[in-house]
Amino acid sequence: MRLNWLTQFAQIIVVLALAPLLTGVTRKIRSRLLRRRGASIAQPYCDLLKLIRKEVVVAENASWLFRAAPYVIFATTWVAAALVPTFAMGLPLGAAADMIVIVALLGTARFMLALAGLDVGTSFGGIGSSREMMFASLAEPAMLMAVFTLSLFAGSTELSSISSFMLGPHAGLNISLALALVALIIVAIGENARIPVDNPATHLELTMVHEAMILEYSGRHLAVIEAAASVKLLLYLSVIGCVFIPWGTAMAGANPIAYVIGFASYLLKLLLLGFLLSVFETAIAKMRVFRVPDFLGVALMLGLLGTMLLFVSKVPR
Amino acid sequence: MGALLLLSALAILAVRRALGSRLIYGACALLSVALASIALLSLLAPQSQLAVFELPVGLPLGRTLLGLDPLSAAFVVVINVAASIVSGYAIGYGVHAPEPRRVVPFYPAFIAGMNLVLLAQDAFSFLIGWEFMSLASWALVVSDHASAENRRAALIYLIMATGGALTLLFAFGLLAGPAGGYAFAQIRQITAPGVGPLVLALALVGAGSKAGLVPLHAWLPLAHPAAPSHVSALMSGAMTKVAVYGFVRIVFDIAGPPSWWWSIPVLVVAGITTLLGVLYALMEHDLKRLLAYHTVENIGIIFIGLGLALAFEASGLKSAAALALTAAIFHVFNHSLFKSLLFLGSGAVLHATGERDMEHLGGLIHRMPITAVCFLAGCVAISALPPFNGFVSEWLTFQGILLSPQLPQWIPRLLVPAVGATLACSAALAAACFVKAFGMTFLGRPRGAAASGAHETDRWSQCAMLLFAVLCLAAGTLPGFVMDALAPVMQMILGARLAPQSTQPLLRIAPIDPARSAYNGALVLVMILVAAAATALIVRRFASHALRRSAIWDCGFPDASPATQYTPGSFAQPIRRVFGSTVFRAREHVAMPKPGDPGTARLHVDLHDTLWEALYLPVIRFIDSVTVRVNRLQFLTIRRYLTLVFSALVLLLIIVGVWR
Repeated sequence: MRLNWLTQFAQIIVVLALAPLLTGVTRKIRSRLLRRRGASIAQPYCDLLKLIRKEVVVAENASWLFRAAPYVIFATTWVAAALVPTFAMGLPLGAAADMIVIVALLGTARFMLALAGLDVGTSFGGIGSSREMMFASLAEPAMLMAVFTLSLFAGSTELSSISSFMLGPHAGLNISLALALVALIIVAIGENARIPVDNPATHLELTMVHEAMILEYSGRHLAVIEAAASVKLLLYLSVIGCVFIPWGTAMAGANPIAYVIGFASYLLKLLLLGFLLSVFETAIAKMRVFRVPDFLGVALMLGLLGTMLLFVSKVPR
Repeated sequence: MGALLLLSALAILAVRRALGSRLIYGACALLSVALASIALLSLLAPQSQLAVFELPVGLPLGRTLLGLDPLSAAFVVVINVAASIVSGYAIGYGVHAPEPRRVVPFYPAFIAGMNLVLLAQDAFSFLIGWEFMSLASWALVVSDHASAENRRAALIYLIMATGGALTLLFAFGLLAGPAGGYAFAQIRQITAPGVGPLVLALALVGAGSKAGLVPLHAWLPLAHPAAPSHVSALMSGAMTKVAVYGFVRIVFDIAGPPSWWWSIPVLVVAGITTLLGVLYALMEHDLKRLLAYHTVENIGIIFIGLGLALAFEASGLKSAAALALTAAIFHVFNHSLFKSLLFLGSGAVLHATGERDMEHLGGLIHRMPITAVCFLAGCVAISALPPFNGFVSEWLTFQGILLSPQLPQWIPRLLVPAVGATLACSAALAAACFVKAFGMTFLGRPRGAAASGAHETDRWSQCAMLLFAVLCLAAGTLPGFVMDALAPVMQMILGARLAPQSTQPLLRIAPIDPARSAYNGALVLVMILVAAAATALIVRRFASHALRRSAIWDCGFPDASPATQYTPGSFAQPIRRVFGSTVFRAREHVAMPKPGDPGTARLHVDLHDTLWEALYLPVIRFIDSVTVRVNRLQFLTIRRYLTLVFSALVLLLIIVGVWR
């Protein structure tokens, strides 16, 4: 029991510590694929350090909500990430919240971010918020349908149980799982403002969504929001890793070597998924904003199809 | 029961005491608190016997039976918790009414009517209470009779309410059968063969028209906003729940065992209601109408739970049915809290600015800080975001959906995932809608003089809203207690209940099996608070403390005029383009001035209320054309009238002759 809490605590720290590294690694891989040298993989840490040392400039008419929102966004994202089994199963806090809660916690973060975008009353903030909510109106149900597919398949909505089930003898190849995987990947790309949907590196006003909402942020507030974005990317990759590549994760109460193996395999999974993400990003062009609903709609339909197939076949438990 | 009569008596007294409206509202609040606590005690007391009181008054056909069984008690608690806090709000807010004589007398009567429906143990008193409730609320809707819009709303409401009551009358008539025992206890014992489907249809129309199921919702977004805000809060927060009670009472309790296919129409209607309600709300820029359309959405969510419960019950899956029904009634409770809160907030905004149109609001978070915090809590709760209460009931509904592969029939098995997808979609759209509602009203820069000169509302109103916000958070973090309080209802209706939740470790809820799914609202709240505090501490310890206020940056080109901000219309534009082009036949066209003409270019958006045009307008046109023709009969000469009477007599005699 004590070991479980220790794992949980380590997990809370690990997701926080690894998140900027993951962002740095994906940027590095992307640059190399584009035949650029790219910044060091530690650059996101330096950026965060630089930002928190800087003075905060707040618009005169910004309310308390503008200053509180970064902390709420970061806290909800961090809590959600701490609930995903990364290198070991049997997280005691995992029993408090299942996958639906994780989706909803990310929803809370998005809600606050969209409000923060509207707080100062600029047209950029508005454009970002309204488009973010439009994307979310398709991405969130798509994610939920993927969650439904997984939980019908495994007979539980909890990530630990789903992951253990995937390791067990009853999990086989299943068309619904493939559909859920594709849906999850599309949602992960959309929700993390990656390339075909949004470009995290741009400041060209009509192409940005996420950046438009946080345009007025600076200094430590911006640092907290950037960190939350990194944690969110880590969270999505961890979810995909823990459900679809469950091998290597340490079981609850395993010996210390298993934990070391679990950690190493987790790093490998992140590296693999980050690499695939970067390859995908460099291989595709950014979409027009009103093409994105079609893209995310595909995810929703795939998720629904996966769920329906499970509902009709007698597999679910 | 005595309290109820006293309320009605107070209503009559109040006519002469317009100045004492504060006292009347205060008395309403106290009586509602008393009723709620009596009901709560009877709900929590183990093995309490159903005590039926027989009143000496009543129609010749039936006696007036009043009683408090668990189902009634649960709804009495819901209605009176909302009513008591709203009455507290009205102590401060009600005095601003331009004509209190048109509001104050009907207000207690309205609450009394709702309570009578809930306490009734026979069909006659149920219907009398129902009509009482409808007419009192109609009088409140028409209280601001000067505007033609309100008069139209009141007319449509009156027609729909009458129709709804009529269908319920038929439903009870069918249930009672030719023997005519109208007490619920008698109806439960006789099972008239073959009337089930018809009763379901009538109950769906009758209760659905009052609750606002699509396509019978047409009156709701017109009538709810027309009433004074505290009445709107009760109409949306409480009266629609009485309609849900009516449906549950008829279909689950007294209509006998359901067939499996009963769930199909309920689920289809509920799914459509959920999605259309929120889409209509998104297109709206009148704050109160937006909230009213959102009531339609939430009624859909409640009926999804009820439909699932019907399907499970008919297939003998008792514990799954208990889960779905708990989810539905929990959502009833939650919606009564946050929708009342939001309407009270909109009332505070309306009073402070005189505006309901969000196109003219903005920046109120600076001028109305308390109202803004409470409204934000309501927005988070209604968007089904943790750790507030809206999330818990949606989570339970999702758990019910995930149990439905157990259903033996394949039609519901195909239907339920589709309904689940609409529920998921509507949850996300609701979040978008309330980002819009809160963002446009409270955030940004004021879009008009009314918004920049706003002031905070009075203390009574603030306390009422804070109380609702606290209740929303409490129900979200301690859901196990609410679910346990609802257990007697499940026991009564289904004969099965969920496992006790409040004895689960660490205040978590696990309705089916902890290994399958669990949620711990309190722990999630604590985790968020701890994480936020830790982040704030770290930032405080290591980051720069410097903070400078300066002009808006806006990418280097700040726009001078508040008119360049995003408006409600522009906020909803992406969603309108994605969903609205089919649902509302939304079309945008740009009217460009001719070359050389210095006039402004304009963007026009055409939106159609497709349902109104497809279902209601043909009926209205038909009635119009018939009445125009029949109208000629008013202007006949005496000779022609006599001919008419004579021919009618001959015709009737022929019919009688043939009949014999």
